[in-house]
Amino acid sequence: MAPSLEEPVQPVDDALNTYTKKGPALSATEPENCVGPQSEQAGKADACQGCPNQQICASAPKGPDPDIGVITQRLAGVKHKILVLSGKGGVGKSTFTTMLSHAFASNIDNMVGIMDTDICGPSIPKMMGVETETIHVTSTGWEPVWVSDNLGVMSVQFMLPNRDDAVIWRGPKKNGLIKQFLKDVEWGEMDYLFVDTPPGTSDEHLSVNSFLKEAGIDGAVLVTTPQEVSLLDVRKEIDFCRKAGIKVLGLVENMSGFVCPKCTHQSEIFRATTGGGGKLAKETGVPFLGAVPLDPRIGMACDYGESFFDNFGDSPACKALKDVVRRVGEEIGVPANEVLGED
Amino acid sequence: MSLKDIKHITLVLSGKGGVGKSSVTTQLALSLSLQGHSVGVLDVDLTGPSIPRFFGIENSKVTQAPGGWLPVPIHEGQSNEEQANGHGKTLGKLSCMSLGFLLANRGDAVVWRGPKKTAMVRQFLSDVQWGPLDYLLIDTPPGTSDEHISLVETLLKSATPEQLAGAVVVTTPQAISVSDVKKEINFCKKTNVRVLGVIENMAGFVCPNCSECTNIFSKGGGQVMAQEFDVPFLGSIPIDPMFIRLIEEGKRPRYPEGTIIEGQDMQANNSTDHEDTSGLLVEKYSACSLCPLFSGITKQLTTQIER
Repeated sequence: MAPSLEEPVQPVDDALNTYTKKGPALSATEPENCVGPQSEQAGKADACQGCPNQQICASAPKGPDPDIGVITQRLAGVKHKILVLSGKGGVGKSTFTTMLSHAFASNIDNMVGIMDTDICGPSIPKMMGVETETIHVTSTGWEPVWVSDNLGVMSVQFMLPNRDDAVIWRGPKKNGLIKQFLKDVEWGEMDYLFVDTPPGTSDEHLSVNSFLKEAGIDGAVLVTTPQEVSLLDVRKEIDFCRKAGIKVLGLVENMSGFVCPKCTHQSEIFRATTGGGGKLAKETGVPFLGAVPLDPRIGMACDYGESFFDNFGDSPACKALKDVVRRVGEEIGVPANEVLGED
Repeated sequence: MSLKDIKHITLVLSGKGGVGKSSVTTQLALSLSLQGHSVGVLDVDLTGPSIPRFFGIENSKVTQAPGGWLPVPIHEGQSNEEQANGHGKTLGKLSCMSLGFLLANRGDAVVWRGPKKTAMVRQFLSDVQWGPLDYLLIDTPPGTSDEHISLVETLLKSATPEQLAGAVVVTTPQAISVSDVKKEINFCKKTNVRVLGVIENMAGFVCPNCSECTNIFSKGGGQVMAQEFDVPFLGSIPIDPMFIRLIEEGKRPRYPEGTIIEGQDMQANNSTDHEDTSGLLVEKYSACSLCPLFSGITKQLTTQIER
C-alpha cells in the first residue's frame, strides 16, 4: 500500500495542548496513529479500537496537568525567563547562553541561572567549568551548581555517573526529566533564568514551552550562523515560536566573518549568500540583535570553561557580544546600566 | 521490503549539532558516486532537514508510486562511453530522500513528538523504493534520542547484519564537540553498531589571502578520541570556503595557482570552457579541494566495509 502524502504534519496546536494534560500510565506502547492519551478523544477514536490501552485511556482523568501549578509556584521568584533557541545545531546556542549569563552576572546585583535542557548533548557544564560537580539534594529540592556567587547552573550532566555515558532516551522520558528540573530545582530568588535548548522543534521545546506557559516566558533569543543552510532551520524555529505563542526577543548572528590573525584579512567562512541573519530578521519582522564575529579564542575559552568576557574583554567579538547583551536587556525592558555592571 | 536490494547501509552520526554531518554525508555520497558506486541518501533529520539544500534540490517533491515513494534523483549512472565528466571514471547513480521534500513550504516547522517521529523513520525505511543500491547513507539529527533509537531498532530488525555496515562518526576538534560525540560512540557500543571510523571536520581554515592556516576550532581532538575508543580515524577535513560557495551558490570551486592537495594540482582541474555554475553537482565537486581528501576517506571506508 502506498503511504499517504497528505497532511504529514500534525497540527501544532494539538501537540502543544496535549502536553499540558496529564497522561495515564499505559500498559502497551502507543500505536502509530494514536490520538494521544491526553486527548479528549482518548479511548473513543477509531484508532483506539482494539488497542490494549483503550480502557486505560478512556477512564483516565482529563484536564490540565496538576504539576503546572507546582512549577509556577517554584519559579515565582524568577523575574525574567529567557529561552535560547535555534533550529540548527552547533550555531552557538550554548556558547551564547554562557556569554549571556556571564555578562548578566558581571553585575553583582543580578542573580543568574542557566537551565540546560539539552539532555542528549549537554554542553553547559563544560563551558562553565563545572563538569565534575554533582547535584546536592536538600530538603526543599535540588540545589543548582554555583559557578560564582551569583551564577547557578543545572544540567543533566550532573546526574550521570560517567560523563561519557550516552543518554539514550525517547521523548516522554526526556519530558519527565525537564518537568522534574522545573519542579524540584530550588532556584530561589533570581533575576534571570536562561534556558538552553537542543536543536530542533520537538519534545524538549514543546514541554519547556507548555510547562513554563503559566509561569510566563519573557521570550526567546534565536541564534543563527550566516549561511542559508542554517537560516533555513531557524526560519522553522521562528514559525514554531509564532505557533506556540512565544515572543521572539530577537535574532543573533554568530560566526559572522573571521579575521585572519596574521594578515587581518576578513574572510566570510560561512558566507551569507542570502543576506544572512539581518535579512532574515527583516523578512520575518523579528528584531536583529547584532552579529558576533568568529574568534577562535571564544571556542578555547569554552573548552577550558573560562569566561571569555573576563579574559579577552577588549576583543572585537567581546564588544559585539556586549552590544547584543544590551539589546537583549532592552527587549525585556531592563535599563542598560542594570544589565552590565561595570559600564 | 525496500531495503533488500541495498548492499551496504552506513549511518552518519554525531552527538553534536552543526559539526557537518550533512556536509560529510553529501561529500561521501558524491565521492562514492565518483568511484562508480550507486548511492542513496536518506535524511532522517525530521525537524531540520538539510540534505535538500546541500544537493540543491529544495524545490523537488517526492513522487508516489505503487508500493511506496520514489526518491528524488540527483543524477543517473553514467557508463564509460557516455561520460560527460571527462575524468575517465564511471559515475554511479545518486538519489535522495528527505522530509524536506514532503513540506509544502520550506519555512514550515515540523513540531512532532517522539511516537510520530518513530513512525516517520519506520516509513522512510520501509516505503522508499530505492531500487538496487551499493550504498545507502543515512544522515541523522544530533543526539541519541527517538530518531536514533527507532532507526537502529528498525535496522537491526529488518536489515541483515551484512547489510548494516556501521556508522561514521563526525566531530569537530574542540573539546565541547568531542565530549558530546563520545556519548554517540557509547551509543553505538550499546546498540552493537560498528563504528567504521571518526572524521574530524572543520579542522583548520586556510586564509585565502595569506595562506596562513588558523585552527579556529582547535586541532587534533578527533584523532585523540579515536585512539581513546580504539576506532579507526579516517581523516581531518579543513574548512574550505569554496565548498561552501559550491553548495550555497552552485559555483565551481576555483583556487589560486599552485594550490596542490594530496599531490593533485587543483588549478589543473579548472577547465575554463565551463560556465561557472553549469554542470552536475558531482562534476563541480570534483574540482573542489576536499574531493581528493574524501576520495581517500571513501576508499578506506569501502575497503573496511567490503572486507
